[in-house]
Amino acid sequence: MDELDRRIVNALQGGFPICERPFAVAAEGLGIEEATLIARLAALREAGVLSRFGPLWKAEGLGGAVTLAAMAVPPDRFEAVTALVNAHPEVAHNYERTHRLNMWFVLATETPQGIDAAIQAIEAETGIPVLNMPREAEYHVGLRLEA
Amino acid sequence: MDVTATERALLAALADGLPLHPRPFAALGERLGLSEAEALETLRGLQERGVVRRFGVVVRHHELGYRANAMVVWDVPDAQVEAAGRVLAAAPGITLCYRRPRRPPDWPYNLFCMIHGRDRAAVLRALDWAAESAGLREIPREVLFSGRRFKQRGAVFGPASAGEGTWTSSTAAS
Repeated sequence: MDELDRRIVNALQGGFPICERPFAVAAEGLGIEEATLIARLAALREAGVLSRFGPLWKAEGLGGAVTLAAMAVPPDRFEAVTALVNAHPEVAHNYERTHRLNMWFVLATETPQGIDAAIQAIEAETGIPVLNMPREAEYHVGLRLEA
Repeated sequence: MDVTATERALLAALADGLPLHPRPFAALGERLGLSEAEALETLRGLQERGVVRRFGVVVRHHELGYRANAMVVWDVPDAQVEAAGRVLAAAPGITLCYRRPRRPPDWPYNLFCMIHGRDRAAVLRALDWAAESAGLREIPREVLFSGRRFKQRGAVFGPASAGEGTWTSSTAAS
């Protein structure tokens, strides 16, 4: 990544115009050509720096539900339990963490009932209790990282 | 919140991202049998109603050099949690901040925040500053650094719809 890539990533994390020629508008703000911006974004996506370029929306807005769940997985079973958990399409991402509760994953389902169903299925398959910790309040929106 | 079939189709088409094309909404509309104006209007409507919360790039923090992240959790008295959460959310390095239910006896914590940094030392420095500014220095807490990352994708909501930056609303664990 060079200086221009960094500027692009920093500028576009905050937002992107919704209009006929959005790349032209964003490029103007950056002082570059539209074609340059498009080419840079394509390269950043290819390199894996950008996972997506588009809208972020709320699952709840589409009638879905999201929660954070945690399990205390015995270390010798960690790989096997990971495979069982990740096989569920409702599992959006899954992190190992430094705690007795060592597996933390996000569940996203099409309906609120889907959360309970997924948790029950994971508990039945693994024999390990799942703690369900849905968001009750949010104090900040948006993940923004300086490149 | 009701979402129309057109809105769902548009969001599904955007699940892989906006076409990198000078007229991206025309390209998108073409796929869906919508005019450029209709595609734009639909997206603006979703944004006005708060279904789409923002439009922009989604970065992969690891690829960007943010190799460390910690979930920091606190057991804050209920009367204080909102004020503390607001201050914490605004502190440098804090990317997300949520109140969640305690799950005693296993889990006494009700305030969760994510801190991203280039390494663990940077995360801990940010934590130090955030705890001080939010008045949380004496509040019981734990720091859970991430180890392996097994999955990171936008959540999928079935064939007719898709996506969500798990980065935002569901990214508690990222």
